[in-house]
Amino acid sequence: MSSNAIAAPMPGIFYNQPGIDQPPYFQPDDIVITGATIGLIEVMKTFTPVTAPVGGLFKGYLVENEDAVMAGDLLAEILV
Amino acid sequence: MSISKLLIANRGEIAVRINRAAQALGISTVQVVSRADRDMLAAQLADEVIEIGPAPALRSYLSIPAILDAARRTGADAIHPGYGFLAENAAFAQSVEDAGLIFVGPKAAIIRQMGDKISALTAAREAGVPTLPGSDGSVADSATARAIAHDIGYPVMIKATAGGGGRGIRVARNETQLEELFAQAMQEAASAFGNGSVYLERMIEYGRHIEVQVLGDGHDVIHLYERDCSVQRRRQKVWEEAPATCLSPSVRAALCQSAVNLARQVGYNSAGTVEYLYDQVEEKFYFLEMNTRIQVEHPVTEMVTGVDIVVEMLRIADGERLHFKQSDIHLHGHAIECRINAEDPERNFLPAPGQVKKLVMPQGTGVRVDTFLYEGYTVPPFYDSLVAKIIVHADQRAQTLATLRKTLDSTRVEGFATTLPLHVRLAGTSEVATATYDTGWLERWLSQDQLLHGSAMS
Repeated sequence: MSSNAIAAPMPGIFYNQPGIDQPPYFQPDDIVITGATIGLIEVMKTFTPVTAPVGGLFKGYLVENEDAVMAGDLLAEILV
Repeated sequence: MSISKLLIANRGEIAVRINRAAQALGISTVQVVSRADRDMLAAQLADEVIEIGPAPALRSYLSIPAILDAARRTGADAIHPGYGFLAENAAFAQSVEDAGLIFVGPKAAIIRQMGDKISALTAAREAGVPTLPGSDGSVADSATARAIAHDIGYPVMIKATAGGGGRGIRVARNETQLEELFAQAMQEAASAFGNGSVYLERMIEYGRHIEVQVLGDGHDVIHLYERDCSVQRRRQKVWEEAPATCLSPSVRAALCQSAVNLARQVGYNSAGTVEYLYDQVEEKFYFLEMNTRIQVEHPVTEMVTGVDIVVEMLRIADGERLHFKQSDIHLHGHAIECRINAEDPERNFLPAPGQVKKLVMPQGTGVRVDTFLYEGYTVPPFYDSLVAKIIVHADQRAQTLATLRKTLDSTRVEGFATTLPLHVRLAGTSEVATATYDTGWLERWLSQDQLLHGSAMS
């Protein structure tokens, strides 16, 4: 298995949950399918889903919920 | 002035505007900044700068404790909330009052009253301000709906009580459609919002968004005439004008007086805006809501009346009476504002934050620019996309439009996409030339453009 990191496609605020008081999209060891939403990036009040480019085993988030991120920052890891 | 130090609880262009107005009155300023905003223009202009938290607005510009703490630490005696963020948060205004500080805006109780849809409508009706004819509450069955629709007249909107933001609305143009749609609407509301309750409201087709600027000192209220903000995309204003050329003098007088009546009714004590939906066919206006703060588009009103609204807000907050009588206020010429957003009109208005590589802002007689951009500055991705307002004023509307076209052509913002090209094209349309647009026009124009050219902008 190799580790595959998902990079932020744009700068903004990263959310690992679909809404306040809701659990994160994924927990470590969850199965992720290709194209699944793993988080949201808010840029100038617009929310864009961040999707998994490959399927695999979710290893964990690399940034905290509500962290400010720059384009290219690594957000999460998937074991493929 | 009894205010000696003003804390500005906002960012962007409005923070620049407030800093300048306060300093002109001899008030020293404290600019709050998030960690992402240390180099913003307002922070360079302010007498003091204080960091209040990380980039996310929830933990900085929207954090009541962080802002009150900043006021305490800097010894500020007044707080201006600007627009957005905490500007219409009654709990914030209350906690500023409770801390013994001056809130530059109306009393917390007025913000609360006008912020609640039902109590605002009640106040409007008590002041004799027309509201949209409707069912006045939820409608239980289709027989009742038929009777009410008959009274208010078709077309009617069937709205979910628990809906909002345009969701859960159906339009019935006659009784047959009402029969069919009413049952559907109740069912849809039940499954979508968990509450099947619906109500009826008269639908205004091709309506315009017209709003009246008022100033009150808690005793007297005057108006500064109206603005037409009908050019909108997704309920966001894009282009604003003052005055609204579609109004006859008698309708204008009645509209402005109704706004004064409402503001007087609630004892209004700041700058505020009463928003209306205007039916251009029937020449009737209907109350939508009252905004209890300074608005983005206030400069067009300043250009046509010569009144500095932010200065007046500060004087009123300081306890002064109004400096103007209604008879002192005269309309001079016509003003138009274009909102320049860091959004790409060619990519469905995708937000486009980035670094300003080159900046040429227009100048000239009757030209005003409110912006926080400077060359080398990086617009952060965390906040609103508005980066500049270009305002043009001339004696007549046709002259204003002609000056605006030249003004927009001489403006350059390089480094990221903006809505400047959209405004260049808008200024050339026949609907803008004749001011015959309505609140749905821009979206219809954009989608037609898309069909013709295969993209939102060509």
